[in-house]
Amino acid sequence: MSKIIQEIQKGRILVSDGAWGTFLQKKGLKPGECPEEWNITRPGDVFDIAQSYINAGADMVETNSFGGNWFKLQGYRLEEKVYELNKAAAEISRKAAGSERFVLGSVGPTGKLLLMDEVTEDELYKAFKDQSQALEAGGADAIVIETMTDLEEARIAVKAAKENTACEVICTMTFDKIVTGEFRTMMGISPTEMTESLVEAGASVIGANCGNGMADMIGIVKEIRQINANIPILIHANAGMPHYCDGETTFPESPSDMAGRVKEIIEAGANIIGGCCGTTPDHICEVTQVVKSL
Amino acid sequence: MDDLLSKLSECIEFGKINLASPYPPQMKGQDGADEITRKALDEGVNPQDILTKGLMPGMERIGIKFRENKVFVPQVLMSAKAMSTAMLHLKPHFLSGAAKQKGTFIIGTVLGDLHDIGKNLVGMMVEGNGYKVIDLGTDVSSAKFIDAVKENPDAVVGLSALLTTTMVNMEKITKDIKDAVPGTLVTIGGAPVNSDFCTKIGADNYSPDPQGIVEYLNAKIL
Repeated sequence: MSKIIQEIQKGRILVSDGAWGTFLQKKGLKPGECPEEWNITRPGDVFDIAQSYINAGADMVETNSFGGNWFKLQGYRLEEKVYELNKAAAEISRKAAGSERFVLGSVGPTGKLLLMDEVTEDELYKAFKDQSQALEAGGADAIVIETMTDLEEARIAVKAAKENTACEVICTMTFDKIVTGEFRTMMGISPTEMTESLVEAGASVIGANCGNGMADMIGIVKEIRQINANIPILIHANAGMPHYCDGETTFPESPSDMAGRVKEIIEAGANIIGGCCGTTPDHICEVTQVVKSL
Repeated sequence: MDDLLSKLSECIEFGKINLASPYPPQMKGQDGADEITRKALDEGVNPQDILTKGLMPGMERIGIKFRENKVFVPQVLMSAKAMSTAMLHLKPHFLSGAAKQKGTFIIGTVLGDLHDIGKNLVGMMVEGNGYKVIDLGTDVSSAKFIDAVKENPDAVVGLSALLTTTMVNMEKITKDIKDAVPGTLVTIGGAPVNSDFCTKIGADNYSPDPQGIVEYLNAKIL
């Protein structure tokens, strides 16, 4: 099987999957329950999610391992199960993806701040190394380090995955639009700073996830492209920002709203398009149809 | 004395913790919040003045810069660190009653949510603005909030959530607190919430940034 970057070099636009967290909730994940534990306790439900995105036409599917690092699992007293839970996560998505689609092993932040001496660089490196290796053992083609806001943590995660697995390494950060209309992560990192630093650290694909709907993601893609013409860009956009009504959180952007912006984000320079919070297999299905029609 | 206090407020604003700290680069080799607070106390400066004329103006300035997106989380964290270092020297004076905090703020991340960066940031900013802060941690149930409110009458409660999946728990917790101790004020914050959500769940205030909470407390607690 070829690599993701080879497909992109052929000029293909690839489609990634949609939300996992909100989907798990719909299937009954309770507040306070560890999502990654479902890889062992309810693998059938996790498989359904992965398969529904493959059925929607996605070229790649993530794994249910976003919070599968030692620090997050420790919050559920599951830190001894880093290997088991991550390997199972990748195996489930591999089963859904078959041999023709890609599996992206999801790696999220630890929630610990280097700046506040809550964690050392070595501890972070080891946590990301252990998680990435388990995802590779379960069959992941790539590691996608996502929802990062601190550039140092992101760089450590990229290096840990790159130096300890044969997987392609993707890294996306989460940006907010600030009062000046520019984009910055919570820690003050711009898309420009991210691009220079993560390419240097060894990421083969970079981009943005969460925090924004498609409209603002287009601005982020343009900024990345302005300083780097070649680095493949992945976008996992929210279905807009959440609304709350009658005890439920809903997202405003419909599948056709999202699909309606696909052409523009590709023209801006995106190579892989998928969804984050609030996006569903229907969103991915419509995105796939637009990509195929181009 | 005024000179010491204005230097102290600068240390807080720019996150200068102590003499040894290399941050910020432009203040390298200078005394930090640690040394200056000690010195002020040794010289007989009133602990209350150290709080209100030294620490609070510095915290207010960084809070406003943060709201205006002129600085980001790392700079605020350094300021908060400088502030907590100074507070260690002042604690005995709060306990003895020689210096008074303005009121009590109870904060926690709601049930099901383990994220604490935003909650910690708010807690430190509120403390630096002269309040006693009771931090209940993450994954906090209604019962824990209610116990803390009963132990600290007139405290204002702050609820934090990062996830779109846990913000919904704010509604029940707000209701439970208000049922158990009527009249308790609840302010909410976190990435997915907004003022519309605040109104819908019956909370009293939403603030998109820590400075907004400080201003809310200043208006409500007298």
